[in-house]
Amino acid sequence: MNLDLTMAWPIALYVFMLAAFTGYEVIARVPSILHTPLMSGSNFIHGIVVVGALHALFNATTPLGQGIGFLGVLLGAGNAAGGYVATDRMLAMFKSSAARKD
Amino acid sequence: MLALIVELSGFAAALLFILGLKRMSSPATALRGIVLAGIGMLVAVVASFGYLAMASEAARAHLAVNLGLALLALALGIGWAWRSARTVAMTAMPQMVALYNGMGGGAAAALAAVALVDTHPEGRLALGVTVLGALIGAVSLAGSVIAWAKLDERMRSAWRFRGQGAFNALVLLATLLLGLWLVADAAAPGWGIALFFAGALAFGVLMTLPIGGADMPVVISLYNAFTGLAVALEGYALQNPALMIAGMVVGSAGTLLTVLMAKAMNRSLANVLFSRFGEVKAGAQGEVHGQMKAADAADAAVTMRYAGSVIIVPGYGLAVAQAQAKLYEFVKLLQAAGVDVKFAIHPVAGRMPGHMNVLLAEAGVPYDLIFDMDDINESFASTDVALVIGANDVVNPAARTDKQSPIYGMPILNADQAHQVYVIKRGQGKGYAGVENLLFYGDNCSMVYGDALAVLNTMVQSIKELGA
Repeated sequence: MNLDLTMAWPIALYVFMLAAFTGYEVIARVPSILHTPLMSGSNFIHGIVVVGALHALFNATTPLGQGIGFLGVLLGAGNAAGGYVATDRMLAMFKSSAARKD
Repeated sequence: MLALIVELSGFAAALLFILGLKRMSSPATALRGIVLAGIGMLVAVVASFGYLAMASEAARAHLAVNLGLALLALALGIGWAWRSARTVAMTAMPQMVALYNGMGGGAAAALAAVALVDTHPEGRLALGVTVLGALIGAVSLAGSVIAWAKLDERMRSAWRFRGQGAFNALVLLATLLLGLWLVADAAAPGWGIALFFAGALAFGVLMTLPIGGADMPVVISLYNAFTGLAVALEGYALQNPALMIAGMVVGSAGTLLTVLMAKAMNRSLANVLFSRFGEVKAGAQGEVHGQMKAADAADAAVTMRYAGSVIIVPGYGLAVAQAQAKLYEFVKLLQAAGVDVKFAIHPVAGRMPGHMNVLLAEAGVPYDLIFDMDDINESFASTDVALVIGANDVVNPAARTDKQSPIYGMPILNADQAHQVYVIKRGQGKGYAGVENLLFYGDNCSMVYGDALAVLNTMVQSIKELGA
């Protein structure tokens, strides 16, 4: 099975458009009390860049490429891990009075 | 087979991110949302080790070294970020979010740099997308670091000089031209690539320096969207749909959040980025009549104890005094005495929209006591006491009436319409915007001077004495 298809640019445009609408719709009806956790949450989600950085590092062939790739993975991992913990800590604090009485 | 697993893991990650973000948009399900998104991330990162087996011919010889480097980088990055995010105080969270966001932008720029100096993507389009993503990522990195330094008070004032706008535009133009060169000439020399990244980083710094600390939340949110966009573009260059989708979802969600924040301050995004807020000529505002009256903390507390309803307006001053927990203790005493207590949150209370909610939540205040401006503004007129703590500009009626005022037109909380207003404030100083607050001069307003924590301590004490 050959999965080595490249994505033609028009397909990429469709993906981008649909993803942009998804992001807009998901956020549009959010109460402002959640804006800070959500900014942190979306900050976590673009931490997926670490996967791209890993891809770059695994294909690096020169010391310079390896060095920059190392830096990329380091930064990307920081983005993902920091974003996750920060969001988790903020969200863990939101409780209603009903939940608190349990 | 391995390729299939890697592809499907990316798909699963994208799906889990969107579901997670959706869950995060309601307080009741938010915590499950981040866990869901976290599982997606874990799946994608573990699966990405499959790239090892799919590495290019040339990279085969370096696989062992690259794997070691990757594991070390992951361990260091995760270890540092996990520790710092666990230990940072909630009041300092906005600048940490800025820092993590900058790291994401840096990662996008770095992976683009690897492509430029090492793996050399084929085709103009892939190269162009790589370079554009690198530019946006590097601007986000440099800008976020400046935003972090400002919010963390490592960098004091806004740095401005004559002709700054033109100079910044010139730097951006030069960087763009360098970028075009890199796309046009795949064999461009290393110093050209280095100069391009230096230009992009310099522009990020220059763009952020003149923006004042009060506007940083909007800027951080903007850079969050930038990083998303950079990740999406690099995702296309790498032919990785998970990066494309996650990046673009964050890009658009982040842009929307940025606009919502700017709107909450009644300013356009362009105004935040390019105007020199706070430099409006002083003395332009109308005359202030009357004088401020001081009140005793104990008297104010007793008045609230016997009131039917109290609305509390917390501001960043409350968080600076670390008095949220004491405030909630006071609120519980009032509630025990049968007083109807609510919190009114202005969209820009704290340092980011929603930051004050997080700070109150940390102190244990249930979120159903907390109301957004639009939901509570009508209630002030029928409320006995409004208690303003460490907030200033967001309750200034000048925003409604005084066309000369720099804050004219900003939506405010109608605290002045309550029958009685108490303001806890350290001194007679002005707010962020540097304007006199007409509320403080109103007939129904009394000032309780002092540190918020000390004042609330006295208030709690005096109520307890009443009860005994």
